[in-house]
Amino acid sequence: MSDLLDVADAVVAQARGDEQLEAYVGRSTDTQVRVYQGEVEQLAVADSLGAGVRIVHEGRQGFAYCGTFDPDALAEAVNEARDNAAFGEPDDAAGLAEPDGVEPADLDLWRPGLAAVPTDRKVALAVELERALLAADPRIVGVESCDYGDSLGETAVVTTTGIRRSSRATGCELVAFSLAGDDDETQTGFGFSLGRDFDELDVDTAAGDAADRALRMLGASKPPSGRFAVVLDPWVTAQLVGIVAGTLGAEEVIKARSLFAGREGEQVAAPFVTLTEDPTDARSWGASPVDAEGLATRPVRLIEGGVLQGFVHSTWTARRLGTRSTGSAVRAGFKSTPTAGCRAVTLTPGERDAAALLADVGDGVLVQEVSGLHSGVNPISGDFSTGAQGLRIRDGALAEPLREFTIASTIQRLLHDMVAIGSDLTWLPMSAAGVTLVVGDVAVSGA
Amino acid sequence: MLDESAIQRTLATALRTGGDFAEVFVEDKRSSAAMLDDGRVEELSSGRDRGAGIRVVVGDTTGFAHTADLTDDGLRVAAEAAAAAARSGGGGVREVALTRQAAPRPNEVAVLPETVAKGTKVELLRRADEAARAEGGSIRQVRARYGDSRRRILVANSDGLLSEDDQVRTLFVVSTVAFGDTGMQTGYESLGRTVGFELFDRYQVEDIARTAARRAITKLAARPAPSGTLPVVIGPGGGGVLFHEACGHGLEKDLVDKGASVFKGRLGQQVASPLVTLVDDGTMAEEWGCYAIDDEGTPAQRNVLIQDGVLTDYMWDHLRSRKEGRPRSGNGRRQSYQHLPMVRMTNTYLMGGEGDPAGIVSSTDHGVYVSSLGGGQVNTATGDFVFGMTEAYLIEDGEITEPIREGNLIGNGPKVLVDIDAVGNDFAMGHPGTCGKDGQGVPVGDGVPTLRVKALTVGGTAA
Repeated sequence: MSDLLDVADAVVAQARGDEQLEAYVGRSTDTQVRVYQGEVEQLAVADSLGAGVRIVHEGRQGFAYCGTFDPDALAEAVNEARDNAAFGEPDDAAGLAEPDGVEPADLDLWRPGLAAVPTDRKVALAVELERALLAADPRIVGVESCDYGDSLGETAVVTTTGIRRSSRATGCELVAFSLAGDDDETQTGFGFSLGRDFDELDVDTAAGDAADRALRMLGASKPPSGRFAVVLDPWVTAQLVGIVAGTLGAEEVIKARSLFAGREGEQVAAPFVTLTEDPTDARSWGASPVDAEGLATRPVRLIEGGVLQGFVHSTWTARRLGTRSTGSAVRAGFKSTPTAGCRAVTLTPGERDAAALLADVGDGVLVQEVSGLHSGVNPISGDFSTGAQGLRIRDGALAEPLREFTIASTIQRLLHDMVAIGSDLTWLPMSAAGVTLVVGDVAVSGA
Repeated sequence: MLDESAIQRTLATALRTGGDFAEVFVEDKRSSAAMLDDGRVEELSSGRDRGAGIRVVVGDTTGFAHTADLTDDGLRVAAEAAAAAARSGGGGVREVALTRQAAPRPNEVAVLPETVAKGTKVELLRRADEAARAEGGSIRQVRARYGDSRRRILVANSDGLLSEDDQVRTLFVVSTVAFGDTGMQTGYESLGRTVGFELFDRYQVEDIARTAARRAITKLAARPAPSGTLPVVIGPGGGGVLFHEACGHGLEKDLVDKGASVFKGRLGQQVASPLVTLVDDGTMAEEWGCYAIDDEGTPAQRNVLIQDGVLTDYMWDHLRSRKEGRPRSGNGRRQSYQHLPMVRMTNTYLMGGEGDPAGIVSSTDHGVYVSSLGGGQVNTATGDFVFGMTEAYLIEDGEITEPIREGNLIGNGPKVLVDIDAVGNDFAMGHPGTCGKDGQGVPVGDGVPTLRVKALTVGGTAA
């Protein structure tokens, strides 16, 4: 850990005179195992590392990265970042983060034991998952992929402005994609289990979900088009919440790309909807005590009682709008510069379970998977249209399976049309948690 | 990039415990980008990724390791890790005699990006910003991005292959936001070729910017898209992603072998309308998915996948063609030296037909005309796929009428291929794309003439 800070310190020491310099340094050790028919198909064990250098001089910003800690390459990145800065246009709000007196939360995200687990045990667990999945039901005819993966990741941020922080986290997962059916029909399903440490992984959960999600789709048909009450599975809700959260970054607001710009204090969602960003909740997969500029993360209320409370900020967006950073800088690793964004959003759960919500809905459609979120959802206009598969809800219970249809609305309407939120808060490997969600009036396009 | 003796030592280490096959993939990639947003040149960035990926194959098991340390020590440690991961037994010393093989490059590069002054690249951004804003007062926001990359690769393996490639790509993208009574709408246009900075001698960034602006402005007046099953006409160039998703992924042999493709076991069968001839071609000069060699050292090829509706071949990588003792197809690709190669598309396109494009529209009574598609996604096992429409119109009484808002279309690959009932004579290549599979992104191209699918489900909200 300290060696990452040392690498960053050595980069920052190359700053000149009145320039600000930030070194963002990352390293991860990853193991990926894929098994097929009881044997290892692929096994990769590797370290990945690198550094991103950001220089701000007279309001101009430049950036460069290198995928190594080789001192010559780091020096070249510093020179490139400096040269790049000369071509940016000045901005009064440009500049690196400065210490703001908020101490990072003490989160337990690092399990050193994971590094000590022998590769054989990881392989054995993946083989066991495949065996359990194939044994779950005679109609499970194959496995598209069956993977074990883990990662031990560390980052450090050091700046000339007084930031010097690091964080680290471990994670591991078991994931299977199943094939169910016969000669005439194939359906697919996935299941997974997540943990910070190896012994948190549960083969039965991953295998059971992968089997169930495929088996219940057997015999699926295309529904007629119409308007339905739709129940979103936690996996689907998390993806929707992630898209909503993406519109609540202050950079989108500043650049006139957020459909919520200027709407603080307005009712933007149904009155029982509360949405919170909280990277200090260690249960969240995106939890982190430190943001991508080295500031402490902290809870941020986004929507409360359906009323928009505010946005998440990085140092730049905060300066630009005359407020304080919410410790919400995010970046896609050392190869990119930070922006304001969410990493751990949660829709506050309700009090009733999924079965009770289905009973209330009576007649509708349960959506268990969506596709094409990148192609049919426009977070700027709000247009929302995705491919879907799921099950018909009749008389308050799950009925026949449905596939090859779309659900469509707008992001604005979806928020107002929310009818109920389940009690089944589920932590998922993405920037939002999942929960069963009922939306009242959604266009279903099918036959 | 590495001298031959270092490669030979590394392969020998990788094979020391008895692997069936070993490979060293060396990559040195430099990239640079410049971004203008909100009226201001925000940032230039540059990066370098350099390293080697080593794989060792024993039976059906592949072991893999990579390193950014290209010294003898770094390569030895990675080779040992890959061999250990493959769990090879046995042992012994194997010498590999390397034969340097040259593959023709699809095209030459006139102006390497690193020879162009940064200020010249920045100037393109300002021109694009100005041109987009000049399209109308409703243009509220413009983002322009210039990017280039130079990727040099070397592949050597225990079959004695040694081959290199030098891939230069240049990209320019403009996205806009227009504001009107109905809220905000977005427009997007991109230009990308496997060439250097000479791209901008042939294409004007102002044209890219105007197209992006016009798309956003047009959609301000758009109606909600229809909901239900309709005939869909796809315009020239804009719709290659349809085939990429409807059958391209399903023809990748790795998915076929696992039973995860609806096209398994269908070679030689009529899988599509006789109007359909589908080609995947990594040799197409300058296109986004072209190269001299794939990331396993195989020269790029032109492969006919579907001929007059009959499935003629799948796409292959090294391991699968080796296993079945057949020629390789040049489709083994990887995102970087940190990744294992797998079967991937290159430039995938539908050959032009004989239909008159105007006649295809005028013979469509009521439907949707899509002139620009966004991305898509497919479940290869079920064949269900979606793709987004970023610029589309209603067809009413045989005429293209009002613009409609964005959304996805959904269909089932094998059914859609059969339902293609018109193919025009106006073939055009489409836009640069990034294809994602199993967490890896690679550059791909596509193309189509005007075509009609007689029934597709349009995922809008209007009854």
